[in-house]
Amino acid sequence: MKKPLGTIAHTRSGDKGDTCNIGVIALKPEYYATIVREVTPERVKAYFGELVKGRVEQFELPNLAAVNLLLHESLGGGGTVSLRVDAQGKTYGAGLLGMEIDVD
Amino acid sequence: MIRIANGQGFWGDWLEAPVRLVEDGPIDFLVLDYLAEVTMSILQKQKQENPNLGYARDFPPLIGRLAPRLRERGIKVIANAGGVNPTACARAVMEAAPGLRVAVVQGDDVFSRIDEFLAKGYEMRDMDTGEPLAGIRGRILSANAYIGAFPLAAALDCGAQVVIAGRSTDTALTLAPMIHAFGWGAEDWNRLAAGTIAGHIIECGAQCSGGNCQVDWQTIPRMADIGYPIIEAESDGSFTVTKHERAGGRVNLDTVKEQLLYELGDPRNYITPDCVAHFTSIQLENSGPDRVRVTGIRGGPRPPTLKLSISYANGWKSIGTLVYSWPQALGKARAADQIVRRRLVELGLGFEEIYTEYFGVNACHGPAAPPNPDPPEVQLRIGVRGQDRKAVDRFTRELIPLVLNGPPGATGFGEGRPPVREIVAYWSALIPREEIATCHEVFG
Repeated sequence: MKKPLGTIAHTRSGDKGDTCNIGVIALKPEYYATIVREVTPERVKAYFGELVKGRVEQFELPNLAAVNLLLHESLGGGGTVSLRVDAQGKTYGAGLLGMEIDVD
Repeated sequence: MIRIANGQGFWGDWLEAPVRLVEDGPIDFLVLDYLAEVTMSILQKQKQENPNLGYARDFPPLIGRLAPRLRERGIKVIANAGGVNPTACARAVMEAAPGLRVAVVQGDDVFSRIDEFLAKGYEMRDMDTGEPLAGIRGRILSANAYIGAFPLAAALDCGAQVVIAGRSTDTALTLAPMIHAFGWGAEDWNRLAAGTIAGHIIECGAQCSGGNCQVDWQTIPRMADIGYPIIEAESDGSFTVTKHERAGGRVNLDTVKEQLLYELGDPRNYITPDCVAHFTSIQLENSGPDRVRVTGIRGGPRPPTLKLSISYANGWKSIGTLVYSWPQALGKARAADQIVRRRLVELGLGFEEIYTEYFGVNACHGPAAPPNPDPPEVQLRIGVRGQDRKAVDRFTRELIPLVLNGPPGATGFGEGRPPVREIVAYWSALIPREEIATCHEVFG
């Protein structure tokens, strides 16, 4: 069944230079495996399209039922260089909540 | 057990937060984090104009305001408010709060040593791009090494009530009182990692106690009175995250997890000057109302290098906006964008980047934003940047004329031409830690 990620997870995002990180946290521990399987680097990069120029990485934190995503070259140069309103990636996490995923 | 509270997550955070932390319940240490990556360059410029400036100017009057309570309750303050001029900051604190014992930690500022480092063969390549520092040598505005918790703990050991540092890491401010109170050693990797992660949880103030939290945000109690976070630390490295009972906000697994993942890189290796912390070892449990217990944290040896935070001038930028109303708001804004771009080309102006966003349509999430084909209004936001200040300045004159000579229905130009700002960019590099010697000096 297809559902938006926001039905099973919450997120927080921030910046390190021109890299945005998105923490994706399962609302219940049993959703963790679905998040690891569905929120893949390829799908996240495709979802944000031209906003993300570099690669996306996924790191697993089973102890927190969460994954950490790094979106490289995704902040228009980052920090003070960027011309984007969200130069620090504060809203990337909220944006990801709308991504459709397959839920068991 | 010791209680460590964070009352400022950045320079510009809520001024009432530290006051409420000392008034509303017990704490032993108050931590204030003032420095972001680009703050140092702003402070360096202020110091060049006035040798008595170059620190977080909010800090001395705050200490003046808190001083009676700090004395009465023996609360100690640890802050990286010193910026590029910790001694001047200490002088201002002693004027604002006479009689407090103030310590200054020095050694992080390497602005005057860059040529020495280059001559020794350190290339100080940017950790993101791999470019050598020599390419921007003439444009460097500030250079500081991130220093760890041990120099701060040593200042507390000397009986200082207020410890002022320059570019210490954010997490060191919280770890230092644990080293001081519990006597942790320099190779106590697991406990140093635990204190570091405690620092990461509270370093952004209320962002772990109900601020910016997505889960049930509508029900977070009394956000106007939000409580800033408190760590109840034990000597074995375990700790509890909480807040004062009478304060608003919320501390639970959701709020703490969100902050744990904030600005995180590889969770297996969170590198600091004091240790490497393993975020994959953290165990959390709800241990009462607004209480989260944290255990199990493991760490590894500190790296042989320290990170340098270098800022440099990298051109100019300006961002301007206009609002277009319904009908066809988006179509009008897009047409206006094309006109501006065409006029810039005809003027022969070159930029490194011209970037356009449409507020109300796609500014935050780009192609991931839900479709909004007929919005009631759209704000056009065009930004340019480049090395030629004159070109950027000319751009600022190209938006307002559109109100009369472009598509219909434009407004929102009341602020006039947008300002031109210098871009102070950030460069991070590594240096062998033996090159950085810290010391502290106690006044009062």
